[in-house]
Amino acid sequence: MEKKIQLPLDEETILSLHAGDTVLLSGTLITGRDAAHLRLIQTLEKGEDLPIELKGEVIYYVGPAPASPNHFVGSAGPTSSYRMDPFTPTLLDVGLKGIIGKGDRSQRVIDALVRNKAVYFAAIGGLGALIAQTITKSEVLAYADLGTEAIHRFWIEDFPVVVAIDAYGNNLYQIEQAKYRKE
Amino acid sequence: MRILQTSLLTQKVKELFIEANVDIGPSLVDRLRSAMEAEASPIGKNVLAKIIANDEYAKREKIAICQDTGVSVVFIDIGQDVHFDGGDFNEAIHEGVRQAYKEGYLRKSVVSDPLFDRKNTQDNTPAIIHLRIIPGNEVLIKVMPKGFGSENMSTLKLFAPSVGIEGVKRFIIETIEKAGPNACPPMIVGVGIGGTFEQAALIAKRAVLRGPDHPNLDPRYYELEKELLDLANRLGIGPAGMGGSTTVLAVNIEHHPTHIASIPVAINISCHASRHAEGVL
Repeated sequence: MEKKIQLPLDEETILSLHAGDTVLLSGTLITGRDAAHLRLIQTLEKGEDLPIELKGEVIYYVGPAPASPNHFVGSAGPTSSYRMDPFTPTLLDVGLKGIIGKGDRSQRVIDALVRNKAVYFAAIGGLGALIAQTITKSEVLAYADLGTEAIHRFWIEDFPVVVAIDAYGNNLYQIEQAKYRKE
Repeated sequence: MRILQTSLLTQKVKELFIEANVDIGPSLVDRLRSAMEAEASPIGKNVLAKIIANDEYAKREKIAICQDTGVSVVFIDIGQDVHFDGGDFNEAIHEGVRQAYKEGYLRKSVVSDPLFDRKNTQDNTPAIIHLRIIPGNEVLIKVMPKGFGSENMSTLKLFAPSVGIEGVKRFIIETIEKAGPNACPPMIVGVGIGGTFEQAALIAKRAVLRGPDHPNLDPRYYELEKELLDLANRLGIGPAGMGGSTTVLAVNIEHHPTHIASIPVAINISCHASRHAEGVL
C-alpha cells in the first residue's frame, strides 16, 4: 500500500518510514546534482552562507531535460546517488532531512542518515517521462549558470518513491537483493 | 560514383536522434514484457510495469524516455562509391546533433573539458563518430544516445590467455554485479572480446547496439551469451536494483582476432533504456 506524505518532512514522519515502503510525495523539494553539490560544499568550507536554506529540505538528484510545449519540465528521473556520497554527510549535518536518488549509498552516508534522523528515497531510474508528470511547477533557486544542474525548486504531486534507506539504517537494496540471489 | 549532399546527413542524424530518444522500439518493450511476466519479485514486477508504461508514454507524448539523453554516439558505414559534397562531413554530423537536441527538447549533457572547467557545450556536441568504409554506394547510419549512469559502470581489462573462459566469465559477472542499481537494470550488456585495447571497447559498444534480439551467430558464443545471461540473473539485483530475477535482458558478445599474448575484454553496460535508431542514405 502506498503512503501519501506531504513535504517538508517532520521527524515523526521520518521515523514512521521503513525501508521498502512505497511512498507518494507531495509539496516542494529542491534539486541538485554533481556540480551544485561541489559548489555547496566549497561554500561551506569557506565558512560562507549557502544561497539556499537546507534545514528541513528534501533534495532530488536530477538534471531535467528541457520542457517541451505543454509540459512544466522535460523528462526528470533520478541520477545515480553514489557520486554525491562524498558531499552528503556534510549536507545532512547542516539540516538536510531527505534525499531522492537512485542506487546504494556508502556507509558514511548511511551513518549520517541515522545520526541526523534523515531518510533516503529511491526513485526508479529511466522513468523520467512519467515522473515529470508529477512535477507541477519548476523554478531556478540558485546557480542558474549551471543550466540543467542548477538548483531548482520543484512543486510535486504524488511523486512516486520507495524508502531505500530509513532513519534506522535499514537498506532496501541489501534486503531485497538477498532474497533473490542464487549461489 | 554517387554524390551525396552533407545536408542530407545532417537531416538524417537529427531525425534519428529525436526518434531514438523518444521511441525505445518494439523489441525492447517485448523483452521487458516477458521479463515482467517471469519476474519473481513483486517489487521487481511493479518496476518493470512502470518502465513499460514510461516507454509507452514517452513515445505517445514524443518526450524523452529518460532525462539523460546521453552523449551522441554515431556509427556510420560509408559505401566506398559515395562522395560527400556541400561542406565538412564531420560538421554535418555535429549539426544534426545540435538540431536534434534543440528541437527535440533533449538534455545537453556534454562538457567541453573533462578535467578542468567542465563547461557545458550547450548543444550536446561534439558527437562521438565511428566510421567504416564498406562496398557499395549507400550510407548506413546508426545513432546511440548513450546515458552515463550505465556508461560509468563499464570497464576494460587485458588478460593473459591462461585466465581462460572461466576467468573471462567471472570478470563479466563481477562487472554486472558492481554495476548493480547504478546502471538502471535490467541492463543490456555489450561484451567485446579480442582485438586490441581500443578495438575491444569499440566492439563492446557495437554489441550493445545489436539490441536484445540478435544473438551471436557463432554457436559457441551464442551458448556463452545464454550462460552469462543466466548467471547474471542469479545475482538477485533485479529491476532498478530493488531485488529480483531480472537483472540483465541480454548479454551480447562481439569477438575479434587478437594477439598471442592476450585476451582483451571490454564490457559496455547499457541501462534498460537502451536507445538507438538507424537509417540509410
